[in-house]
Amino acid sequence: MTRTEFWQGNTACAEGALAVGCNFFGGYPITPSTEVAEHMAVKLPKKGGVFIQMEDEIASMASIIGASWTGARAMTATSGPGFSLMMENIGFAAMTETPCVVVNVQRGGPSTGQPTMSAQGDMMQARFGSHGDYAIIALCPATVQEMYELTVKAFNLADQYRVPVFLMADETVGHMREKILIPDTVERIGRKPFVDGTPPFRATDPDLIPGFPTFGTGRHVHVTGLTHDERGYPCATNPKLHMALVKRLVDKIENARDAMADYDVVNLDAEQVFVAYGGPVRTVMQVMHDRKDKNVGFLRLRTVWPFPEKALAKFRNAKRFLVPEMNFGQIAREIQRHVKVPVHCIPKLGGELHTPDELVAALEGNA
Amino acid sequence: MSFEDWYRQDRLPHIYCAGCGNGTIINCTLAAVDSMGWKKEETVFVSGIGCSSRAPGYILTDSLHTTHGRALAFATGVKMAKPDLHVVVFTGDGDLAAIGGNHFIHACRRNIDMTVVCMNNQIYGMTGGQGSPTTPLKCLSSTTPYGCAEPPFDLCELATAAGANYVARWTSYHVKELEKAVKAGLETPGFSFIEALVQCPTAFGRRNKFRQVMDHVEFLKTHSLLRAKRDRLLEQGQPLPEDMFVVGELTKRNRPAMGVKR
Repeated sequence: MTRTEFWQGNTACAEGALAVGCNFFGGYPITPSTEVAEHMAVKLPKKGGVFIQMEDEIASMASIIGASWTGARAMTATSGPGFSLMMENIGFAAMTETPCVVVNVQRGGPSTGQPTMSAQGDMMQARFGSHGDYAIIALCPATVQEMYELTVKAFNLADQYRVPVFLMADETVGHMREKILIPDTVERIGRKPFVDGTPPFRATDPDLIPGFPTFGTGRHVHVTGLTHDERGYPCATNPKLHMALVKRLVDKIENARDAMADYDVVNLDAEQVFVAYGGPVRTVMQVMHDRKDKNVGFLRLRTVWPFPEKALAKFRNAKRFLVPEMNFGQIAREIQRHVKVPVHCIPKLGGELHTPDELVAALEGNA
Repeated sequence: MSFEDWYRQDRLPHIYCAGCGNGTIINCTLAAVDSMGWKKEETVFVSGIGCSSRAPGYILTDSLHTTHGRALAFATGVKMAKPDLHVVVFTGDGDLAAIGGNHFIHACRRNIDMTVVCMNNQIYGMTGGQGSPTTPLKCLSSTTPYGCAEPPFDLCELATAAGANYVARWTSYHVKELEKAVKAGLETPGFSFIEALVQCPTAFGRRNKFRQVMDHVEFLKTHSLLRAKRDRLLEQGQPLPEDMFVVGELTKRNRPAMGVKR
C-alpha cells in the first residue's frame, strides 16, 4: 500500500528522514534548504524527537555528531555557505566514524552567490572539502520521489558504514513540487552492534567497520579527532598507526563502492552517452524521450561518491560521454579519469537547468 | 569511590607540563562529580582543543574530545538527544572565549543543563604561549611581545550577562572552594560555568615574572578578592583594587533551562 502526495522536494526529504527514524535535527536557516528545517521543527517534537536551531552551521554539524553518539539518528540541512562552515566538523565525523546525514540543497556559488537559484557546484567540496584524506558517501536526487527515497537510504548508509552521508540535492529538486508515492514502511538498517570486551575502534570484520559503542551504555569510549589507536586513545605521532587508520577510513567506503552504486542505464550499445545526476537528469530524460535514438545512451547516477566507475564500462561502444552539470565540469573530470574516450563537459551556471536544445546541440556537435 | 577512581589508569602518564595547574582543576572537578554519586555510564565529559581539553581523555567515562571551540555545540547535541546523561565540559580561555565565543554565549542563553569548567591560564599553552582573549593588559606572550594591548574578557560577567544559571570563579589555589563550586554547578539545573584561574609555568609564568610555579599560585591567592568583600567595598562606596579579580559564587538563579532530565 502506498499513498500519493503532491510535495515539495524539501518536504519529501524531511518526511523521508522521519520515516526512517530520524530523531534529532540540528540546523540553521539558509535558502534554499530552510523548508527541511521548518518541516522538522513541526514534526519532530510530535514524534518525541529533538529539533534545535543552533547558532550557526558549525554548531549544527557539531550538535548532530554529539547526538549521534547517544544513538540518535541525526541530520542537518544546509546550502553552500553553511556547507563550507560545516567542513571541519565533517572531517571530525569522518575521523571518529560518526553516522550522520547532511543535506545540501545546492545554490549558486562561490560565496553568497545565488541564494534562490540552482547549482551543483559543491560536488567536489562534498568529496574533498575537509582537510586530510577521508571518504564519504554522496547521493544525488533528481525527483521529489528521490528526495524521499535517497534520504531514507542516506540514513541507512550512514549507520551501516559509520560515515557522514551527503544528500547533494539542488535548488531545482528541493523546491519543485511533484507527485510522490509514499510507502507504508521503509527499510531500516541500523548500526553494527558493539561487542563487549573489544577495543572500540578495532575493525575485525572484512568490511572494516567497528561496532558502535553508544554513549550511556557503559562502554567508556573515548572519541577524539586526533589520530587514535584501537582503544580510541590519542596516538598522533605514530606514522604507521596514522597510515593504517586513515587507510581503513578510506577503504571501508571505497571497497564498498560496488555495493552502494545506485544508477540506471539506458541504451547500453549507444555510441554517445549522457551522464547526469540531480537536476540535469530531467533535461536528459526529455531529450531521450524526444529523440528515441538507440545510439544515445544515458547513465543516471544516484550515488556520486564513491564514484561508481564500473557503470561507465557498461557502455562498451561509447565513443563519447556527454556530461551536463550545473558547474564547470566537476564530475566530468572524475569521469575522464575512468574512460579513454573523450568526455564532453556541458557546463551551465546561472541557476537554470540546461534546455533540451542545449543538450541536443552538444549531442550533434554544435556546442 | 574517590576522584582517583574516575581516571583511566591506562592513559597515564598525562601530557601536562611539570607545575601545570590543570591537574588540580581536574581533581577538584572529579571529586565534585564523585560526591554527586553519579555513575560513570551516565556521565559524559566533552572538550574542545587545547591543554584543558585533553582532560576527558584521562577520565573513565564516555568522552568526546572535539574540534577547537566547539565543545559546547557538541555537548548540546549530546544533552538534548539524551537528557538522562550528565554532561560536563572542560575548556580553556582560548577554546571558550576566542574561537568558541559564539557557542559560549548561546549555550548560556539556552541555559542548557550542563556544567562547564574553564581552565583559564590566560594564554594558549598547547601551541606554545600566544596571547588569548583573557591575557591581561601588558602581559607578554609570543604574539604580544611588547605587552598585550587588548583588554581581556571577564568570562564570568559574560556568562552571567548571557544567561547562565550558576557562575563562579576560583583558582588553582582554592581547591576546597573550587570543588564546592563545581558541585554547586553540577547540582544546579541549567548552565553552570566555573572559571578556574590556573598557573601555566611553561607558557605564561616564565614570560611574566613568575619564575617559580608557586610564585604564580601565590599571586592567584593574594590577588583574589572575595565576592563578599567586593560587595562590602561597593556598599561603602569604596573603589575596588585594580589589580585584583573577584572570586566566589557570582551568580545563582533559576532561569528556565533546556535539556534538564525529565
